[in-house]
Amino acid sequence: MAELNVSVVAVDRSVWVGPAKSIVAKTPEGEIGILPGHEPVLSLLVNGVVRIEPTEGAKVAIAVHGGFVAMDSDNVRILAETAELSSDIDIERAQKALDKARVAGEDSPEALAAVHRAETRLKAAAAVTATGMHS
Amino acid sequence: MGAQLRVYRRRIKSVQSTKKITKAMELIASSRFVKAQQRVEASLPYTQELLRAISAAVSHGNSKGALVSEVENRKRAAVILITSDRGLAGAYSSAVIKEGEGLNALLSEEGVTPEHYLVGRKSVGYYKFRERKIANSWTGFTDQPTYEDAKRIASAVFEAFNTPTAEGGVDEIHLVYTHFVNMAVQQVRVRRILPVEILEVSKAEASEKLDTKVFPLYDFEPSPEAVLEALLPRYVENMIYTALLLAAASEHAARRRAMKSASDNAEELIRTLARQANQARQAEITQEISEIVGGADALASA
Repeated sequence: MAELNVSVVAVDRSVWVGPAKSIVAKTPEGEIGILPGHEPVLSLLVNGVVRIEPTEGAKVAIAVHGGFVAMDSDNVRILAETAELSSDIDIERAQKALDKARVAGEDSPEALAAVHRAETRLKAAAAVTATGMHS
Repeated sequence: MGAQLRVYRRRIKSVQSTKKITKAMELIASSRFVKAQQRVEASLPYTQELLRAISAAVSHGNSKGALVSEVENRKRAAVILITSDRGLAGAYSSAVIKEGEGLNALLSEEGVTPEHYLVGRKSVGYYKFRERKIANSWTGFTDQPTYEDAKRIASAVFEAFNTPTAEGGVDEIHLVYTHFVNMAVQQVRVRRILPVEILEVSKAEASEKLDTKVFPLYDFEPSPEAVLEALLPRYVENMIYTALLLAAASEHAARRRAMKSASDNAEELIRTLARQANQARQAEITQEISEIVGGADALASA
């Protein structure tokens, strides 16, 4: 069966590389699902969770901020300013960061962005625990 | 112990302690250099993919937009200098400042006023001493720059770029930094970030790894223009980030080299001084012997 070659790259490192069966990501126009054989697409991503179903092993969720996805001939590249694997996310710390960001006020765009980041991080972490990916 | 000998010994001690310091700095610079180089390598995949995506978006989108095309009547240009916070790195910072001066002169000749954006305490000090107007400056992170730092710089220059020229905005953004070629060679480079020199960039930087000739017929979401518009700020950030990382690697390499030659010189000096001290000691002993012999002689003949 055809598979996708996926690489998720953050500005300062490569986050996840491997073959996968499918990818679900969020674009400004709505969710996009990518399967092998998908037409070439270059799309912006809104801050959110990217879900990858690898060919082998458990599903992967990645919290992505400020990114875009480029796909052609079954090569999928997801680029992001920051990308965090859900397994690397410390839920307690993310929760604390969220609380702190909320307290910091919602007036400045930076504080709002911090709230968003923290929420996305929590969502990514939750996506994994909900589907029982951590076994 | 004679006075001369004492002076020599004191100088040897002082040179020895200097050598210890320079040696330590050399070792620190080497270890930091390795880390800086790793960071440069880690940032490469993103840069490559970003350039590829931008090239694709540009080649598909028909309208190129203000970010890509040149302005007819250039009034002002932002010049970003990337120097170090600390000295003791040989000619590292002064080479960048010198190149910056050349660029300033060139721009002035063409009737363009340079606006100075400075990174690193060394360039800030240089411009402050000459009482020049600094548009903006950032210090404190040149040896370990983060993406956040690059973003701060990028947003400042990008804002100036998006301001109309009549209201004090700039028409071009230039970047002067030290490119890291290898451990022995670092070159000061001048690059224009905006308006984008897309072709030059994709040829020079990306031709080996990327196949720039034909791009698949991408389906752009939301639209090629929107994608390009969103990617160009990223491109500026990434350019600055890459330059900061390369400059940091160059800085550590330059410091390592400067400290190595300082240690070598100290070693050389110690050797010369030791020889002179030995000579002085020997001269002293010879003198003492001849005094004793002379004294005994005088007693015997008396």
